[in-house]
Amino acid sequence: MQAAIVIFPGSNREQDVFDALHRASGKKPLKVWHRDNALPKADLIVIPGGFAYGDYLRCGAMAAHSPIMREVKASAAAGTPVLGICNGFQIITEAGMLPGALLCNKTLKFHCRNVHLRVETSQSVFTSRYETGQVLSVPVAHHDGNYFADRATLDRLEGEGRIAFRYCAPDGALDEAHNANGSARAIAGIFNETKTVLGLMPHPEDATHALHGSLDGAPFFAGLAEALG
Amino acid sequence: MKARVFVMPKEGVLDPQGKAIAHALQTLGFSGVGEVRQGKVIEVELAEANESRARGLLDEMCRKLLANTVIESYRVELVT
Repeated sequence: MQAAIVIFPGSNREQDVFDALHRASGKKPLKVWHRDNALPKADLIVIPGGFAYGDYLRCGAMAAHSPIMREVKASAAAGTPVLGICNGFQIITEAGMLPGALLCNKTLKFHCRNVHLRVETSQSVFTSRYETGQVLSVPVAHHDGNYFADRATLDRLEGEGRIAFRYCAPDGALDEAHNANGSARAIAGIFNETKTVLGLMPHPEDATHALHGSLDGAPFFAGLAEALG
Repeated sequence: MKARVFVMPKEGVLDPQGKAIAHALQTLGFSGVGEVRQGKVIEVELAEANESRARGLLDEMCRKLLANTVIESYRVELVT
């Protein structure tokens, strides 16, 4: 699997996901600068976490219009898997590749902690190594992770099985206490129609090494490496 | 031509910043403070001198970048 990681001014988690992908696939991902007009041939495109363009105007708003995003959209439309993590999720929604938007956390605070996530479906290249309903411990680090979409969109996402992960209690139950940022329906990540584009706020790449304190992100990348060769 | 764009959170979108401001005003002793919503103002200077064309351009700027129409509404004011 040859992955390509798109880097914007202000991206800061590209090395973490580079390492996670390298460990899982044995192949070093390519790093692509946002001003490039062309993407290299890749099996997976990753938009990493960070503060692209300093979150100026809105998180991901300006990055969504970088020259490279035209290519990322075209690749996604052609079926190439695209993974947007945290700021990457924000960029992807601003680019219109996924519905909804990420608002400020309802607490108005930056959340930097491990959370529990429930895998809502194992039917995707991203979640194939998990069981549906499996609970993971994965870190989050965001100020604007509060997922919002109108009711019709939320119902459609649920009806089409496009919720990828939800914030949950350690036993998998959904409640307000374990949905700290206030996301609609405790949504932590969603897919596009074909489940080839995934946007999620948590950082699975930071749960892939013993020193991370959790290895629950390892199956995420192992599954990708297996599915995408 | 100078324009002022007002971007506000849409009705029905949670505005925790607005709520925090309302709470702070109440804490400061201001009574009778109801709902508070926080938005942003963006001032744009345009070379375009024709009002109708300027409005068209600004509308496009708002839809494409200045406002996220999923969560925000916008209003354009031309300052002559």
